[in-house]
Amino acid sequence: MQTPGDLDFSRRGVLAGGASVAAVTVVPTRASAAPTKAATAPPTAKVAFEVNGTPHALELDTRTSLLDVLREQLQLTGTKKGCDHGQCGACTVIVDGRRINSCLTLAVMHDGDKIITIEGLGTPDKMHPMQDAFVEHDGYQCGYCTPGQICSAVAVLDEIKAGIPSHVTADLTKAPKVTASELRERMSGNICRCGAYSNIIDAMTDVAGVKA
Amino acid sequence: MKFDTPATTNPIDQLKVIGKPTNRIDGPLKTTGLAPYAYERHDVAANQAYGYVVGSAIAKGRISSMNLDAAKAAPGVLAIVTAGTAGKLGKGNFNTAKLLGGPAIDHYHQAIALVVAETFEQARAAAALVRVEYARSKGAFELAAALDAAIKPPAVFGTEPDSSVGDFAGAFAAAPVQLDARYTTPDHSHAMMEPHASIAAWDGDKLTLWTSNQMIAWSVGDMAKTLGIPKENIRFDSPYIGGGFGGKLFNRADVLLAALGAKAARRPVKVALQRPLMINNTTHRPATIQRIRIGATADGKITAIGHESWSGDLPGGGPETAVAQTRLLYAGANRMTAMRLAVLDLPEGNAMRAPGEAPGLMALEVAVDEMAEKLGIDPIQFRVINDTQVDPEKPSRPFSQRQLNECLKTGADKFGWARRNAKPGMTRDGQWLVGTGVAAAFRNNMNAPSAARVRLDTAGVVTVETDMTDIGTGSYTIIAQTAAEMMGLPLDKIVVKLGDSAFPVSAGSGGQWGANSSTAGVYAACVKLREAVAQKLGMNPLDAVFAGGKVKAGRRSAALGDAAKDGELVAEDKMDYGDLAEKYQQSTFGAHFVEVGVHAATGEIRIRRMLAVCAAGRILNPKAARSQVIGAMTMGAGSALMEELAVDKRFGFFVNHDLAGYEVPVHADIPHQEVIFLDETDPTTSPMKAKGVGELGICGVAAAVANAVYNATGIRTRNYPITLDKLLDKLPAIA
Repeated sequence: MQTPGDLDFSRRGVLAGGASVAAVTVVPTRASAAPTKAATAPPTAKVAFEVNGTPHALELDTRTSLLDVLREQLQLTGTKKGCDHGQCGACTVIVDGRRINSCLTLAVMHDGDKIITIEGLGTPDKMHPMQDAFVEHDGYQCGYCTPGQICSAVAVLDEIKAGIPSHVTADLTKAPKVTASELRERMSGNICRCGAYSNIIDAMTDVAGVKA
Repeated sequence: MKFDTPATTNPIDQLKVIGKPTNRIDGPLKTTGLAPYAYERHDVAANQAYGYVVGSAIAKGRISSMNLDAAKAAPGVLAIVTAGTAGKLGKGNFNTAKLLGGPAIDHYHQAIALVVAETFEQARAAAALVRVEYARSKGAFELAAALDAAIKPPAVFGTEPDSSVGDFAGAFAAAPVQLDARYTTPDHSHAMMEPHASIAAWDGDKLTLWTSNQMIAWSVGDMAKTLGIPKENIRFDSPYIGGGFGGKLFNRADVLLAALGAKAARRPVKVALQRPLMINNTTHRPATIQRIRIGATADGKITAIGHESWSGDLPGGGPETAVAQTRLLYAGANRMTAMRLAVLDLPEGNAMRAPGEAPGLMALEVAVDEMAEKLGIDPIQFRVINDTQVDPEKPSRPFSQRQLNECLKTGADKFGWARRNAKPGMTRDGQWLVGTGVAAAFRNNMNAPSAARVRLDTAGVVTVETDMTDIGTGSYTIIAQTAAEMMGLPLDKIVVKLGDSAFPVSAGSGGQWGANSSTAGVYAACVKLREAVAQKLGMNPLDAVFAGGKVKAGRRSAALGDAAKDGELVAEDKMDYGDLAEKYQQSTFGAHFVEVGVHAATGEIRIRRMLAVCAAGRILNPKAARSQVIGAMTMGAGSALMEELAVDKRFGFFVNHDLAGYEVPVHADIPHQEVIFLDETDPTTSPMKAKGVGELGICGVAAAVANAVYNATGIRTRNYPITLDKLLDKLPAIA
């Protein structure tokens, strides 16, 4: 077995170390010392979509995620960046009625779409019932995952209403019900490290108008 | 104001606002996405550029060369910061490893460069073009292999690594019933939802940092030391913090690199640690190996209790204080504890929610369960038998309040403990083996000096300013409740401003000292403001009654705001502490009850019920405090069943360094949780008579889960996390 101090990198050692260690592999200095590509502006593309009812026409670096357009260009910072690769759900927004992780989608893919963010659900003066319920049930602590939880929660109740089954739906031939286990299953893409889950389910149950 | 004698009756005892389960005052901003976190402060500085962090690809060694040419030539790049360009940097008192590495590398993903560009996309692309060659050196990455070289560490915050009372060895050897068991807990990650993030802007030699930090004054001091500039030239602002759990107690690479990047690019720079970098770049709760020995008489009285713990850290680091609770939790005339520290070249170990007690109780409370079973005594009864109302090392020193037995008994009633079958593996629910477990919760109360400024305007609005932070704990709300109670106002007449280093220095958020300490500081400032108001209105401060927005003394009455008619009234004070914490042992107590189902065929473990009963002084806001406890129970469930940083022992890093690899509980893992707070006021802690709960809540949870798994299956797992692979080959035969 290769020891950590062994600098003679075998192919096996590099593979064993994983991709991150592969970065240690020496890149020929020639290649990097004389960049072949000139420092030209990155390719851009035009895109137009609606955010919270307001139309936006943008010309964007094509690498820009929908999340970064919302947060950096449009300065709608209610949508959060927790992981930037689809593991935490903090960036959840509702696009054409469906919730998605906005970090996992490029902005230029959304031409013509209607996007709802947390700011579009309600404001402090006129809160959405789900926002109200989160405050009432203390369904948050640090607040960072909260906009994503709320966007997901709103969409989850719609999904159940629309009859879309989940992994825990016992009978696929019947309409799914709003139960604690259905809500927990469907909300599991939204991580809350503060651990407000129990209260979030109470808030959702309250909004759905059923007993948990 | 100095708090040096136990509190008597004071305005807080009115409990018109304090003690009520009010909604958080920051709730509408947080739930509508308008609360501004560090990376989102578009309004504070124009023309912000983006920084992207490059982390070391080796754990230990040196950078032999860095080629920045391609990165520098990439579109939009404004500057690249490395140790070579940054000039001479110091190291903060609270940092073990340097925040900017190179040429020497101390740990994997230690920051080695910041690429600053016009846009995030450009900075990210250019960072990928940085070419680094390393000379790797041999490192120590495995705790179990480093035990022989572990040393007795220096005292931690005045606590010696070893303790000894009576004759432990003799009493243990003579005890008719003995337990000698070894437990392991893995490395844990805070994994807060908001990555460490900062925006930096220089104005001449003045630096402003909008950041995400639990301890403002500590971090201003450390930043001054690191940059070699006067701390008067640095301002921190951290009004909203997306979770910390100890991971944001200190400055991390984002804030230093933002400052250096802004200097190099000559414009404001924003930096967030990329999620895959966070776990190895920042701190973690170190793994432990613990040995517990308990000796008892046949009727269950502990005669000897010993707890040893081994952990590792970088050179200059400290131990995980996993033996701390064992010095205080149970009676027993003969006692010993010891901590040993190995040098490891993994990332920096440091405080994570209830450092010491969280991993310590993961072991101790399983050991207690094992001992109760050996004795044939119910585990609650065994704990009750060994209760102590005094510090067992120093019996002349009583606990200020200790309701552990009441927590256990209240919880047992509520949870239906009497229906439990003590014999493991006997309860079935369809395909599930069902079991219940209990564990004690224990965490010391700590007070820290804390100051605040209060302002009264003509509209009768009181504004509180303190550098206290709200990391999700509810600081905004309980501080508002305190000021409202003291000044006789409704909550909507209070404005709370936090997290700005321009404000008076508070206790900050850590060690569950924040709630009691910061509100005590606000209490002190409000006492001063009350005096100023009475004086201004020509009333005797001792006679003045503050209620309903009015001040009354005898037959005279005035609106509170009238006192500010000639100009805003401002008062500032700090709460300092005498020696009550030495005369009395101030601790918080609780009991955790858990029911699990273990699938008879697959070994899958599901938590079915969770209950916590806590005795932690006055509960300032039962709604926010309950949330602290359920959140801690959730994190405890994670440490029981899934959380483990997997160490690559060859290359020296945590392999699962993101939120997919490092599993934390999700909705589907957590059932409805119950929390009961026992009535308690503790006049020895502060005029608030409160203590902390945020860390108490995690203490013992994992052990209660482990004990429930044992009760369900008869399989005792002493190595966390308890995953199904550790049960599978030992599960009872399926009938």
